[in-house]
Amino acid sequence: MSTYAQKKGFGATVWDYLTTVDHKKIAILYLIAGGLFFVLGGLEAMFIRIQLAVPNNDFVSAGLYNEILTMHGTTMIFLAAMPLLFGFMNAIMPLQIGARDVAFPFVNALGFWLFFFGGIFLNLSWFLGGAPDAGWTSYASLSMASEGHGIDFYALGLQISGAGTLMGGINFLVTIINMRAPGMTYMRMPLFTWSTFVASALILFAFPPLTVGLFLLIFDRMFGSNFFDVANGGNTVIWEHLFWIFGHPEVYILVLPAFGIFSEIFATFSRKRLFGYSSMVFATVLIGFLGFMVWAHHMFTTGLGPIANAIFAVATMAIAVPTGIKIFNWLFTMWGGSIKFTTPMLYAVAFIPSFVGGGVTGVMLASAAADYQYHDSYFVVAHFHYVIVGGVVFGLLAATHFYWPKMFGTMLNETLGKITFWLFLIGFHLTFFIQHFLGLMGMPRRIFTFLPNQGLDAGNLISTIGAFFMAIATLILLINIVITSVKNQKVGNDPWEDGRTLEWAIPSPPPFYNFKQLPLVRGLDPLWIEKMEGKKGMTPAEPLGDIHMPNNSFNPFMISLGLFVAAFGALYREDYNWGVLVLIVGMGITLLSMFVRSVKDDHGFHIHKEDLLNDDDKGGKA
Amino acid sequence: MKRLAKWRMISMIAIITLLLSGCGEPFLSTLQPAGEVAKEQFDLMMLSVAIMVGVIIVVTLIFAIVVVKFRRRDNTIPKQVEGSHKLEIIWTVIPIILLLILAVPTVASTFKFADVSEMDKKNEEGKTDALVINVRANLYWWEFEYPNEEIITSQDLVVPTGQKVYFNLKASDVKHSFWIPAVGGKMDTNTDNVNRFYLQFDEQKANEAGDLFYGKCAELCGPSHALMDFKVKAISPDEFDQWVADMQSVKEPETAETPLAQQGQEVFNNSCIGCHAVTPATGAPEAARLGPNLTNFGERSRIAGVLDHTEEELKNWISDPEAYKPGNKMTNAYNKLTPEELDAVAEYLMNLKVQD
Repeated sequence: MSTYAQKKGFGATVWDYLTTVDHKKIAILYLIAGGLFFVLGGLEAMFIRIQLAVPNNDFVSAGLYNEILTMHGTTMIFLAAMPLLFGFMNAIMPLQIGARDVAFPFVNALGFWLFFFGGIFLNLSWFLGGAPDAGWTSYASLSMASEGHGIDFYALGLQISGAGTLMGGINFLVTIINMRAPGMTYMRMPLFTWSTFVASALILFAFPPLTVGLFLLIFDRMFGSNFFDVANGGNTVIWEHLFWIFGHPEVYILVLPAFGIFSEIFATFSRKRLFGYSSMVFATVLIGFLGFMVWAHHMFTTGLGPIANAIFAVATMAIAVPTGIKIFNWLFTMWGGSIKFTTPMLYAVAFIPSFVGGGVTGVMLASAAADYQYHDSYFVVAHFHYVIVGGVVFGLLAATHFYWPKMFGTMLNETLGKITFWLFLIGFHLTFFIQHFLGLMGMPRRIFTFLPNQGLDAGNLISTIGAFFMAIATLILLINIVITSVKNQKVGNDPWEDGRTLEWAIPSPPPFYNFKQLPLVRGLDPLWIEKMEGKKGMTPAEPLGDIHMPNNSFNPFMISLGLFVAAFGALYREDYNWGVLVLIVGMGITLLSMFVRSVKDDHGFHIHKEDLLNDDDKGGKA
Repeated sequence: MKRLAKWRMISMIAIITLLLSGCGEPFLSTLQPAGEVAKEQFDLMMLSVAIMVGVIIVVTLIFAIVVVKFRRRDNTIPKQVEGSHKLEIIWTVIPIILLLILAVPTVASTFKFADVSEMDKKNEEGKTDALVINVRANLYWWEFEYPNEEIITSQDLVVPTGQKVYFNLKASDVKHSFWIPAVGGKMDTNTDNVNRFYLQFDEQKANEAGDLFYGKCAELCGPSHALMDFKVKAISPDEFDQWVADMQSVKEPETAETPLAQQGQEVFNNSCIGCHAVTPATGAPEAARLGPNLTNFGERSRIAGVLDHTEEELKNWISDPEAYKPGNKMTNAYNKLTPEELDAVAEYLMNLKVQD
């Protein structure tokens, strides 16, 4: 199998990525697609801030602004943050548990392509009559009243990409349950794997309500049903419930993996094992569990009554306890440690005060009676950006620097990385801190403009200036990536020198079969244990033998493409005669591809022992 | 020690309150509460801020020590600590106590604000003793109906100070949210049901705010969501009673006085009256009340909720509403008016006053 080491032509590389089922390549696909959508969502954010820089601005029109704000939120949550996290989960989690791939490599590829086509479909709305304009929450009365096809693009696009996410989540769950290396018990799993596990469980339970809600919306808008039509006995508050039963756990789906990333980074660069590992695991699981009990705090002003509001207020406050446990455990991981301030560590360190800021405003928002003032004001905007940017985006940027060598075999430039960090940190606080006060001073969220003489001018201008800092920081990161890729200086197994977990025991990037021999795990931080005993690498848990690998497949692409085509049919069914035909053709492509997948036997292939022995220069020796 | 902690808490609340109360405009800011509800919400805010600032101080202290003291200086490997049960219990129990301190007043206030039992107590006439106002939110304008007084007005909510004012809230098209930041938290106007809550307007604070509070729509409702403002005139109970009487006295559309205004009335009757009433009567069904009631238009504070109340702006608005409030329902609902007709209508509307 030495062909894998050969240089390939461009076309062959593209074909390889279109058909790959390798978790590391799928991770790169997630990273590229997620990165692309992140830049897109960032551009939308800049348009928002430019429009709001001064009162009565006319940079964009009112209707276009609503489209931009909707797409900013939807893109950032569904198409940037989650796929980027999925990228790192895919790249790192199997390595951390000593697995050769995820449990279902084919489904893994299918999950990516579904997400990708869903995202593309959603964004094509810009060119096909206008994007959705009812906010990322798409509350039913407004989304039913919205003209054009924007909301249809939203519902269909998210339905397709949501299916991909759900598959990914199930895949990770099965992988972690079944594919841990010998000795890798649950309580020896690295925190990033744990948080992937809990986040995947959340996906499993949170996405079905969204799927149901989106189907009801699709039926109402495209097929004449009346679930949300009040005049015909429908109810729009049902949408709010369905959306937030998904929407609140979604926050934890995003932030728990970020917590996991930071846990790895704190331990690594403090050269200390994670303080209170068991309570960290317990807190992660508890946050995941409580995450399902609090959705109605997004609906305090909907009029659910004082009993519901009081219960959900107290339940929400309870989440602060496990989150607090985590914060203190991180601090005490560093306490007594030997801290090296690399770029990922800078993000991790800055994450603590930033996220505490988001956390405390979260507790304030939980206080239902006071929330009547905060709700749907810029205070909320500030709060969730502190959580999502200060938590998730910092986590993603940290992971980008931290895992880049493992994924691509070369280090991102540290100086440029630190410049990015400082610009982003300053920009972030400049943009969002002042928004707390704007909200308290009476500025509602999602407004396309504001009138002068309301005391809101200065705050908005400051916020816009901050946004430019973040934009410049992102540009420098992109430049950094280009420079690093062009130079392409290769690094060894453990480029940060303080690696503790299994992924640092194998080459960067790992060979396509990951571990030549599965490693024997003897405790938490397995590589660290071996290092401390003076060993170079892991002890193998099995003799060298043939490795069974899956074949590449073009089917995931085709299945997803079929749904993409069918979505256009559903969308234009009532406008054009060909709508129904396209719907049928699209479903046909999907079903046919699934049929081919089912009847065609694909046993994969084996890497033979002899080839592995010849592969010594490539490492992979456990 | 305990007393010391309590003293610290109180002084912290005092300092924060002082710092924040300078923020924003008195007619708009939640930080300058102008009524009982807003005040209690503000106090709750300050309590939570004080607790949270305490948490932040502790975290910052540990954070600063860690970042300064434990930088890598040499290559020694630090001791690998598994954890500490004592510490972990401390930072589990203390937050729980802090949250309880916040949870108790939160729950109490939540129930208090939901107490609208006065709205159900009807007297012999089938009316309530308490002042009730039915708020109906429409795409970019607000209607206020006083069921006991049997009058309707729009855009400018008129309320008496110093007493609880109860609200029935609903929307006629899409979901909106009714918010007077300086006076109290918001509540959604749903399309499915009627929500109820109350507010109280403080006389002195109303004076400081120029007797005019700003109201906002807080729920995204379409292109002109940002422009769906209303104003609140908070006046003394006597003045309020007088205003009600003045409104009630308008039984028939008042006849314009000047020739220009009379011409304007004619144009109005041909083009506008299908949607806009000029009597405050509550008789017409809601579905027929397509536009804001204009009975006391001449005494309003803004045109279309956002423009200055001048004849010039009024003419701008009538000649091209879409330019000022994109997506509104008035655009193209009537034939284009000539400049002369515009002058006449503006003259007529600006003279629609009830308080003579």
